[in-house]
Amino acid sequence: MVEIETEYYRQNAAKAIDNSVLQNALSNVQDRLGPATARMYEELPEGPGLRQKAHKIREVAINHLDILLPRLASKIRDRGGRVYFAKDAAAASAYCLKVARANQVKMVVKGKSMVTEEISLNQALETQGIEVNETDLGEYIIQLAGETPSHIIAPAIHKTRKEIAELFSLKLGIDYNEDPPILTQAARKALRKKFLEADMGLSGCNLACAQTGHITTVSNEGNIRMSTTMPKIHMAFMGMERVVAKLSDHDILFRLLSRAAAAQNMAGYVSYIGGPRTKDQLDGPDQFHLVIIDNGRSRILADPEFREALYCIRCAACLNVCPAYGKIGGHAYGYPYSGPIGAVITPLFVGINRAKDLCCGEPLCGACKKACSMDIDLPRMLLALRAKLADGDPGWGVTRANPMEKFAFRIWSLVIKNRNVYDLALRAGSLFQRLLPQKNGYIPAIPFVLKGWTQSRDIKPLAPKNFLTTWKNRKNKS
Amino acid sequence: MNKNKPVTLFVQCLVDSLYPEVGTALVRLFENLKIPFNIPLDQTCCGQPAFNTGYRKEAVVAAKRFIEIFEDSQVIVCPSGSCVDMVKHQYPILFEEGSSWQKRALGISNKIFELTEYLVDVLGIKDVGARFPGRVTYHDSCHLLRNLGIQDPPRRLITHVRGCQLIEMAHADKCCGFGGTFAVKFSDISTAILEEKVNHIIEARVDAVVGCDISCLMNIQGMLSRKNSPIKTLHIVQLLASS
Repeated sequence: MVEIETEYYRQNAAKAIDNSVLQNALSNVQDRLGPATARMYEELPEGPGLRQKAHKIREVAINHLDILLPRLASKIRDRGGRVYFAKDAAAASAYCLKVARANQVKMVVKGKSMVTEEISLNQALETQGIEVNETDLGEYIIQLAGETPSHIIAPAIHKTRKEIAELFSLKLGIDYNEDPPILTQAARKALRKKFLEADMGLSGCNLACAQTGHITTVSNEGNIRMSTTMPKIHMAFMGMERVVAKLSDHDILFRLLSRAAAAQNMAGYVSYIGGPRTKDQLDGPDQFHLVIIDNGRSRILADPEFREALYCIRCAACLNVCPAYGKIGGHAYGYPYSGPIGAVITPLFVGINRAKDLCCGEPLCGACKKACSMDIDLPRMLLALRAKLADGDPGWGVTRANPMEKFAFRIWSLVIKNRNVYDLALRAGSLFQRLLPQKNGYIPAIPFVLKGWTQSRDIKPLAPKNFLTTWKNRKNKS
Repeated sequence: MNKNKPVTLFVQCLVDSLYPEVGTALVRLFENLKIPFNIPLDQTCCGQPAFNTGYRKEAVVAAKRFIEIFEDSQVIVCPSGSCVDMVKHQYPILFEEGSSWQKRALGISNKIFELTEYLVDVLGIKDVGARFPGRVTYHDSCHLLRNLGIQDPPRRLITHVRGCQLIEMAHADKCCGFGGTFAVKFSDISTAILEEKVNHIIEARVDAVVGCDISCLMNIQGMLSRKNSPIKTLHIVQLLASS
């Protein structure tokens, strides 16, 4: 199973903040992609309002999965493809293994796919002695390094050129060289051999269309096309939410996806796949399998408060603008999905209590919503998750996360309810703060719950006379 | 809209308790502009700290109280984007769909304005007659910018202040890392975000950083002070009330 480390969000975040190499990499990716995507939205022929239209398209599709998924499946089956509905990660991996065994598969090549990270497909195959080769350059690098993706679209942004040079010289047996074209060429050469020898190709699915009965894969390296057409068997994995009704809807989503993910009008390689090779086709696999994965999505679908999370098409635009992601990187989230979308869906997948720091650990700045290609209200859902943690929620099996904090806010609510009590509390605060040393009119250190504030910041003391008291006195005089 | 329409001011709890000089400046500004106003004396907090931390039952206590105090006002103006966002956009979802409290919340959400929005967009004022010699930079607060869509009014007001030069810092629209209790609970992450903001402010070589939300300014000021920076933090109303 995928290793879940959501409990270590704080620690992993702190480690990431101390890593100056990572800090540079994160700034670079955000500075490059964040503004570029925003500009591309503005330049859309339909204007940035296309995001709201896409939101509607997703809403309709998600509300009609019960119709769209069977339609998609039947179209693919009509063309001789096989479709398997997997209720969870174990079922999806088991199906893949079954097909692999039946066809004596020894080695697979694989396109980048987050849902296969979610179900830990590589581990499932490797423990059964099947060699798995990631073929996206970024994924290939982190596979060689034994790491996990730190960004949904750019999985190896945390690696420096120097680290990659060392890794390649060690693992690929080439001379140490930091030149990117030479490193890329080395990977290309090693991977070419794998493409030619692989028994099965695995891929994700960027979008699917029920009307035409096809899935779409997108890449800039051509590796997914190689993975899905060279081997005799192609198996694609998709989260069950990734379907839309019509080709015209698909077109809108696809154009937004390219802009949001990589600030491109269109990716370098786009494939529409609807089944295995037909008799009159020279290229393509003999078998095509589509694995449609639930793995907790039905539960999200059933809750109107979080259903909107299923509109996501994993473009990662929210990562590229999030101030928290920009400092802590993808690994801090402790699960394959990172950034604002990870902070919303990871708790829904692994347990809200278990991933509580993910949904509380960002400043709610709203940049993610503005960047989202599907205009998903991520801040709204972060707030909804926090509300579940505050008071517990039997539906999601959430227990109150912090009884002391609850108590503090109970007291707070009594204080703010009555101006006289409020004034008394202010006076008590003024008395207490006399115990604290001051420097240049500021308090440099506060103990207890506010300790975190003064870690890096001074704070002004409570005013000797608050504004409303002054105002009241002035009013009384006049 | 009519400048003679009486305005009810919500001064925000942080201004009341920590930054009374901002409240004083607010009063001076309204007096300078000859806009009639009143300030309910029993106001406290809009409930945002509780709401953003997840404590909705407690936030409801604040919301009901706010509605009771302010719902008879013709216009409510507040010198804080995030408080206005709380009242305008979050109050309605705090109450049950179709309930009488929700109706009252929706009623109030149409008549609350952030200060610069009210001056520029509603009253059409650009020049408030202020004077402030110096270079300033402007920080876009998140809820003000993204939830209320207010970007231009504060800049327009600043550029009309005599002697004042507005220098845009890099990434003015990026979060300062405050986020309410987040700043205290996740201080490492908050600090890292703030550090970047403060560096952009310092790089702008200004005399002061100006904003429309005292909470963000308190955060920024806290680190500027820790770094012994001479750059001042000013709420926009302090700039607009200076002569």
